[in-house]
Amino acid sequence: MSKFRKKDKGELPAISTASLPDIVFMLLFFFMVATVMRDSTLMIENSLPSADQVEKLKKDRTVFIYGGKPNSQYKQFGTEPRIQFNDAFIGVEDVRASVIQAISELNEELQSKVVIGLKVDKNTNAGLVSDIKQELRKANALKVMYIANTKTQN
Amino acid sequence: MAKRAAPEVNAGSMADIAFLLLIFFLVTTTIEKDKGLLRSLPPIDDSQVTPPIIKQKNLFTVLINRNNQLLVEDEQMDIKNLRQAAIDFLDNGGSTNAAGESCTYCKGKGLADSSDHPDKAIISMKHDRETSYEQYMDVQNELVAAYNFLREREAARLYKKYYPNADKVFTAMLEEKEKNQYSKDEVLNERIENVKSLFPMKLSEAEPDKN
Repeated sequence: MSKFRKKDKGELPAISTASLPDIVFMLLFFFMVATVMRDSTLMIENSLPSADQVEKLKKDRTVFIYGGKPNSQYKQFGTEPRIQFNDAFIGVEDVRASVIQAISELNEELQSKVVIGLKVDKNTNAGLVSDIKQELRKANALKVMYIANTKTQN
Repeated sequence: MAKRAAPEVNAGSMADIAFLLLIFFLVTTTIEKDKGLLRSLPPIDDSQVTPPIIKQKNLFTVLINRNNQLLVEDEQMDIKNLRQAAIDFLDNGGSTNAAGESCTYCKGKGLADSSDHPDKAIISMKHDRETSYEQYMDVQNELVAAYNFLREREAARLYKKYYPNADKVFTAMLEEKEKNQYSKDEVLNERIENVKSLFPMKLSEAEPDKN
């Protein structure tokens, strides 16, 4: 045999790539499981208050209204608490129209059972919440859920 | 011996590892579910009917001022005492309801200056516009807790036999209803309504003053 042939023998074989699909699937599954679906990006600070007498919320019949101070990304909107609906800030006077609109987009048999989920920052004034509630009464959406973190019972 | 090629790593177990991790994450990750306090708002009433006069003793007033201080029945109170005060008020059973029945299940002291009957007892709460939402929620939570406490007690008294292993009978009943939401269980619904009617939630909220 020639000299060149001998050199070849010492080289490592190529690394097997058979496990690559597994790794990719693993990552895929992980992100599938861990991702929380969120329909609107929050433009406000939203640390919820805590309560221990909580009930579960049925997502399919819920319209969310957010409230709180604009967060650091949206400083140009000032520091007063604002109302966010879907992806935009709205004024108190627009709550009624927005809620009626959102309810009409729901499944028909759920429309009468609609619950308004209020996700309001705990440092907001309660006055804002009572303004929203007045508008909801005008819109005849009377079931309200104050969304809260679960406090561990002591 | 001469140099040998390194043997190929067996990749057969890779799938097992991947599945192990997948199952681990499946089990440990909880998809967040929103929870909160469910309340009903009163419908707007334009009719000019004069509201019925409610006796002062049947009214439990809770005021929150702009500094998040509580005024309960004209006395300043700490939030941690609110639940018990509300329970005492609702459970008083001093007299009879509109139908003339006295509260046989009440375990309160029957004071003359507190509520007549759980049917008549109304909790009225009012807050300032400047009250913080956190404090508002804490107060709501305590008041709802008072109702839940009494309902649990009554549910345990009436239906404990059907739920011998349940720690909280009323919660167990509601959970069962939730589970069977597509097959209506009339008996269960009736029981739940019965417990609710023993201590009907009459929690009214006044609008904060405009200033």
